[in-house]
Amino acid sequence: MECVSFDLASTPLREVNQFLHQQLQADDQRHVEVHNPDGAHSIAVGLDQPVTVEIHGHAGYYAAGMNKKAHVIVHGSAGTGVAENMMSGLVHVKGFASNGAGATAHGGLLVIDGDAGLRCGISLKGADIVVGGSVGSFSGFMAQAGRMVICSNAGDALGDSLYEAVIYIRGEVKSLGTDARFEPMTDDDVATVADLLRQAGLQHDPASFKRIASARSLYHWNADANQEY
Amino acid sequence: MCGIVGLLVKKPALREQLGKLMVPMLIGMTDRGPDSAGLAVFAEPLKGSGRKLSLYSGLTEAGADFDWHCLTHGLQQHLGVKSDIEIKYNHAVLSFEVSPDIVKKWLREHHPRLHILSTGQTIDLYKDIGTPAMVSDRYDFSSLTGSHLVGHTRMATESAVTPDRAHPFTAGEDFCLVHNGSLSNPYGLRRKLEPHGIHFDTDNDTEAACRFLEWRLREGDDLETALHAGFEELDGFFTFLMGTPDKLALIRDPFACKPAVVAETDDYVAIASEFRSLAHLPDVKHAKVFEPAPEEMYVWNA
Repeated sequence: MECVSFDLASTPLREVNQFLHQQLQADDQRHVEVHNPDGAHSIAVGLDQPVTVEIHGHAGYYAAGMNKKAHVIVHGSAGTGVAENMMSGLVHVKGFASNGAGATAHGGLLVIDGDAGLRCGISLKGADIVVGGSVGSFSGFMAQAGRMVICSNAGDALGDSLYEAVIYIRGEVKSLGTDARFEPMTDDDVATVADLLRQAGLQHDPASFKRIASARSLYHWNADANQEY
Repeated sequence: MCGIVGLLVKKPALREQLGKLMVPMLIGMTDRGPDSAGLAVFAEPLKGSGRKLSLYSGLTEAGADFDWHCLTHGLQQHLGVKSDIEIKYNHAVLSFEVSPDIVKKWLREHHPRLHILSTGQTIDLYKDIGTPAMVSDRYDFSSLTGSHLVGHTRMATESAVTPDRAHPFTAGEDFCLVHNGSLSNPYGLRRKLEPHGIHFDTDNDTEAACRFLEWRLREGDDLETALHAGFEELDGFFTFLMGTPDKLALIRDPFACKPAVVAETDDYVAIASEFRSLAHLPDVKHAKVFEPAPEEMYVWNA
């Protein structure tokens, strides 16, 4: 397996993404390194091959967006919308991630070793997200499917208008969103958290997490509720 | 969209390089703000009662050919005020040793189209329309020296693209503010402030925030109390970066709708909308890089 290396200080990003999209299959390169990302937007977006891309430094907006099959590792922080709408594969941010991490992701695993910003996992549609640190406000808003594991704290309105996604949190929740509620951890929940922590390479007691899921009272229109739920 | 940048050097030896370090930061934010750019730089204060004004002649008929020496001569003739002037293209820094109100009144009477950019003992302010690279060249930003500065690249959404609506905005003395975002209640703020005798230069939403915060400071609030009042009164999206003679301060709205990232080393604190503008800074690979939290106040001392 050969490794191809790109230096974004001297190579236009478009060349890197074109290589990842078009030449990869023909050349059978399965390991790509990107140096000096320097906060550029849209690095390694729209990948659909089982390649490993290592980004050495801080990535800008939408890194590894729409990812399918690929493993993208950011050795630094990621800007807004990392792994947005991911379909499958793995995205691992070794530093912190900005707002909207993993938004609308359908599948795959997003791991953030540090903190995630606001709206992490907003409208999650089936992916798993493990955050080693804390998440900002409005995380898991309207999350439909998938799991979020938060190893530290959450800001305001966690899991607001949650559908069938489940959130596990170890630390403190500043406030729960409308219709989100704490529920007892079952053996299945503990096994789920243990498995996701193992995949993320994090050492925590899975039984120390709390489960948050939808109370489902927003599922049906209630004219008598006077817009208060 | 807009871009904000700020830089504060911690070691006096780096003050000579302030402009050089900052220009790539400003140019790095061109995608976020290509229509206008500006910055305010804070350097050694003038001694005693010395005050200076940053002035912009681009809106006068003469433009860059404005006769600045005629202006200083007029000040001497009419008011008996001796002044010094440093000219850069359509910009000048006028310094003198009387109350700035007397000079500003005279300027408004005799040169009504001359735009007063800033007033104070430490602040110099530049802003104009054009790309960040063009504006940087126009005023030779890379030669600027000082302890800290606040810069902005503009993509106008709330008011027209004109030099006076570019950022930074100032109010009072030695205070400036840049803004990424948009306010939804600038007219409400204006209606609150105007009965206090506060005059507005433009219809820009950021000017309302700037004048509100400066008014709070003038009423006796310290910076933190004023910013707290800002959270109560200012509605909309904002990352604000503010400069005073000895401080840089940053706040973000509760929804963190507009970005900000900070890189800090033993030598400097650098703030930008995105890391792209910090990537060139010396030893940034070993800097502490973090995203400021929403609704928190960050204050760095020069």
